Amino acid sequence: MKIMVAIKRVVDYAVKIRVKPDKTGVVTQNVKMSMNPFCEIALEEALRIRESGLASEVVAVSMGPAQSVDTLRTGLAMGADRGIHVEANGSLYPLSVAKILKKLVEIEKPGLLILGKQAIDDDCNQTGQMTAGLLNWPQGTFASKVVLDKEKQVVTVDREVDDGIETVSLNLPAVITTDLRLNQPRYATLPNIMKAKSKPIKKYTPEELNVEIKSDLEIVQVTEPPKRKAGVVLSSVDELIDKLKHEARVI
Amino acid sequence: MMNRNTRATLRLLTPFFNPRRNPSLLPSTPHFDENWWHSQTNIAHGEHRVSSLFNPLRFSVKNQQMGVGISTGIQHKCYASMPGLVQRNPRFSELNDDDVRYFQEILGQKNVVQDEEKLSTVNTDWMHKYKGSSKLLLQPWNTDQVSQILKYCNSRSLAVVPQGGNTGLVGGSVPVFDEVIVSLSSMNKIISFDKVSGILVCEAGCILENIISFLDNEGFIMPLDLGAKGSCQIGGNVSTNAGGLRLVRYGSLHGSVLGVEAVLADGTVLDMLKTLRKDNTGYDLKHLFIGSEGSLGIVTKVAILTPPKLSSVNVALLACKDYNCCQKLLQEAKRKLGEILSAFEFLDSQSMNLVINHLEGARNPLPTLHDFYVLIETTGSDESSDKQKLEAFLLHSMENELISDGVLAQDINQASSFWRLREGITEALMRVGAVYKYDLSIPLENLYNLVEEMRSRLGNAANVVGYGHLGDGNLHLNISVPQYDDKILSQIEPFVYEWTSKHNGSISAEHGLGLMKANEILYSKSLETVQLMASIKSLLDPNHILNPYKVLPHSLNA
Repeated sequence: MKIMVAIKRVVDYAVKIRVKPDKTGVVTQNVKMSMNPFCEIALEEALRIRESGLASEVVAVSMGPAQSVDTLRTGLAMGADRGIHVEANGSLYPLSVAKILKKLVEIEKPGLLILGKQAIDDDCNQTGQMTAGLLNWPQGTFASKVVLDKEKQVVTVDREVDDGIETVSLNLPAVITTDLRLNQPRYATLPNIMKAKSKPIKKYTPEELNVEIKSDLEIVQVTEPPKRKAGVVLSSVDELIDKLKHEARVI
Repeated sequence: MMNRNTRATLRLLTPFFNPRRNPSLLPSTPHFDENWWHSQTNIAHGEHRVSSLFNPLRFSVKNQQMGVGISTGIQHKCYASMPGLVQRNPRFSELNDDDVRYFQEILGQKNVVQDEEKLSTVNTDWMHKYKGSSKLLLQPWNTDQVSQILKYCNSRSLAVVPQGGNTGLVGGSVPVFDEVIVSLSSMNKIISFDKVSGILVCEAGCILENIISFLDNEGFIMPLDLGAKGSCQIGGNVSTNAGGLRLVRYGSLHGSVLGVEAVLADGTVLDMLKTLRKDNTGYDLKHLFIGSEGSLGIVTKVAILTPPKLSSVNVALLACKDYNCCQKLLQEAKRKLGEILSAFEFLDSQSMNLVINHLEGARNPLPTLHDFYVLIETTGSDESSDKQKLEAFLLHSMENELISDGVLAQDINQASSFWRLREGITEALMRVGAVYKYDLSIPLENLYNLVEEMRSRLGNAANVVGYGHLGDGNLHLNISVPQYDDKILSQIEPFVYEWTSKHNGSISAEHGLGLMKANEILYSKSLETVQLMASIKSLLDPNHILNPYKVLPHSLNA
């Protein structure tokens, strides 16, 4: 059985984000980019399933500009067998990504499609769900535990929901989106980094896949949240009463 | 060379420690053990050190219980790892109420602290190894106040200890007896920053991590970085000439500090706060204050040149099968990575085990255990070319069997977790028990031999770990024991110092001398040099009130 993992190249999680002066978006020039942390978890889960003998191949997919290949190489260095890069410049919203994934699934025919639950740059949390809808596949989102039963062709997923943990049983093929507590992704070791250089990355364009990239969304403005005011340490009760009366105006 | 040094040391120490020449120096405490005292004088006559016959920690606690402010008896301090006696210099006055009132007039009541709980914290060093008995903590917030404080203390012969973040590892930042603590923590403003030249001017009490965050916003970094950055202050870093993790790339503080404002013992404010890259006008006195550990003056402001923050940072953790490979790897790294190399650290398997087992959230990124680990960091301006260079270097090293395995951080989080493994060793050591800490500069080819010799000397009595800034030839030798024990100490000292001296190394690469190594300076500096240091000290601080009992041998300070 093949597993397909979708990974996204985003601004590194630890970078301090700054808004562009023209408020059209966030500064991405000269800023460190890395694999989306949830995508790392998704890839790690796929690798573990393959290592337990329940899958034969892990294919990593990424969509975006040419630099997305770097992120794919990281995925290959972690242990994925093959990479697919769909080159598309300009913004890609979840629905477009879902349509492309549907086409790739029809070509590759994986038994499982695993994604991160959301990307840390847009926080959409939509791609996995939309793809499952388009493919008419069952979905297990916010997975904190995944158990595959190859014989019965069923995957049991523990989902982290607001009320607690919900366990669902899905028939394969299925879509899973991963949450934080699912696993701890492995590091890319040097021998694997070297091996990754020779692993194949297939290139597609949206046109080749007959997908039209059009967006129904337009970003109007991006602003920073209002800055928190620093707290003040007061030195006496009188000062506290004074501030409550005149500044906070609550007494 | 070594023989001359130790004989010279003994000559210096003998008049102070020999009771037969100065019977009035005999302490009058009832728990004094004559046999132990004689064994100490045996040291002065060149025989090997005999372990003390009682627990020194208990001795010093008893002393405190008897009350330190008594002017009749002579006060003694015995430190957990110092088999010698330090006596309170009777020349120093004792604090009285008039003094406290004077300080309160200058600083206000809130900044003159006599509260016992607060004092207990500032009297104890970070390793909980040294504890003073100061009765007063002063918190000035501008240079003028520091000047007034020192002028007064000088006139009253009150001893003073300047204190920053109190993260020093040689007992240099806490009082030995009842010295007044002058804390620079309230002087924490960033005064100016020039975005073109990268020159930062700030007050001595700024915490290093805060400066780093400020500079991060401006697109610059500090030329030094160390594990203590969350608490240490720049004034203390400058006063101790701190080294840190990036010295191999940005050099020492003697190069990056462009100006210093310091206050001398008599209250004179020396304004050497220039922000110029080049200024050859006369003797460059600021260097006296960089590394003199607060014994020549209190640093109040610093002007420092900060390098621009480069976008491409790569961190790799590598495994080597023996120390020889680590050395060769360093040679190769300097050649192949050249200008982008920004850190080269090493740790042995014992250090790695300690961190993985005792630090929360730390895990070994490599699947198996290895004997040696090397952490390499590169910093450059072009992400793809740097990564290519690094990967080519790593591939080449693997093919030549210099490294047996390794991981390359793929994002900033992974990079921080690798650094945590190296920076967290100190913390992990503290959690396990007592530590005897040595910071030595040793020629590269012999560096690890000392660790192996200490292991065979101590056997099962201690866990000997070695790690450090391999790129600078700096070994941090740490001997972890369940509790401080003089028998173990006698196996360590003076062997470590003699070994280092024999290999022409330094007994203190970056930690300084403080109280811990004040009497050992002759292992690394000639007698004439030390005598000149003493002259300079007497010139700048004739009453010896600044950080007494530290840096220079005790007999020279009398």
